[in-house]
Amino acid sequence: MAIKAEHELHKRRFSRNVGLGLVLVGFVALVYGLTVAKVGEIYQPEATTEATK
Amino acid sequence: MSDASIQTSKTETGEAGFGDYFALLKPRVMSLVVFTALVGLLVAPVSVNPIVGLASILFIAVGGGASGALNMWWDADIDRKMKRTQSRPIPSGKVEEGEAFAIGIALSVMAVVMLGLASNFMAAALLAFTIFFYVVIYTMWLKRWTPQNIVIGGAAGAFPPMIGWAVATGGISIESVLMFALTFAWTPPHFWALALFTKGDYANAGVPMLTVTHGRKTTRAHILGYTFALAAVAIALGLTSVGGPTYMVIALVLNAMFIKGAWDVFRRTDEDSEADTHKAERGLFKLSLAYLFLHYGALLIEASLKPFGLGGWG
Repeated sequence: MAIKAEHELHKRRFSRNVGLGLVLVGFVALVYGLTVAKVGEIYQPEATTEATK
Repeated sequence: MSDASIQTSKTETGEAGFGDYFALLKPRVMSLVVFTALVGLLVAPVSVNPIVGLASILFIAVGGGASGALNMWWDADIDRKMKRTQSRPIPSGKVEEGEAFAIGIALSVMAVVMLGLASNFMAAALLAFTIFFYVVIYTMWLKRWTPQNIVIGGAAGAFPPMIGWAVATGGISIESVLMFALTFAWTPPHFWALALFTKGDYANAGVPMLTVTHGRKTTRAHILGYTFALAAVAIALGLTSVGGPTYMVIALVLNAMFIKGAWDVFRRTDEDSEADTHKAERGLFKLSLAYLFLHYGALLIEASLKPFGLGGWG
């Protein structure tokens, strides 16, 4: 079987790489969002207290 | 499919694509996990930050998917023997067994740790127990040993609303236990109705199914028995803080229909069933799909009416 420049195997490998890349980017975005939300939760009560002083 | 054809398929298709790895996570099962966990989270009396809620549901889904991958790793031998499962990533030769095991373990640990960090210890512990229960208790131990395997497997699928509830509240309560019981009691009549009109090849694979080990007549009786238990749970759930008049009306109608359907299936003989191409069994199976979706949907309606002072029992 001749190996062409664009073999079906390359397409599969590309789809896997793109898929994994998107999953990792999504995971980073999710952890970033979680961090913002969690840090917000921790500092929110203090901020409110400061505002009322 | 013979072993030879599996090898051929592997060399022709080459490496697995992203979709093949995704298929390891049993996306259809994951959609039920996401839906019921989301309802458990949304009907809880404590509100959750939307990002924390979204992340938690995602990690519950990943944990459920990881247990699916571990199930496919362990069951690769029987999946090769049954027509229904021969196209799965491992039996079709696209993904190695070891890869499925590694993905399953890695995603399980990641999902449990991340759920613990995103929400709380109780939710993470429940997710860890669900994965352990599905993989070790059900897949490795009881699935090939008892014809009640569907009941045990149903328990694993019933945990997500409890986990969703724990994400919001950090605990377990009568509401979350009854949501668990709803999916738990629903699974046997749902699956056995399907088993009555499909010819599975479980016997070849050495998996004891009730229809094979105890016969179809006993299966019909079991469907009716579990249906009564299911109706009791569904009505009891409506009397708790997550229920209300809207849920109760929907539950009463659906459970009356389900009991009627199970009764019709119980009274039939196999000859009756063959004569009309399993009309009652197919009908009960279709109804079971709507049944679960509408019960959880009704809980969501009650929760969404509460801010307007309309939902719940006042």
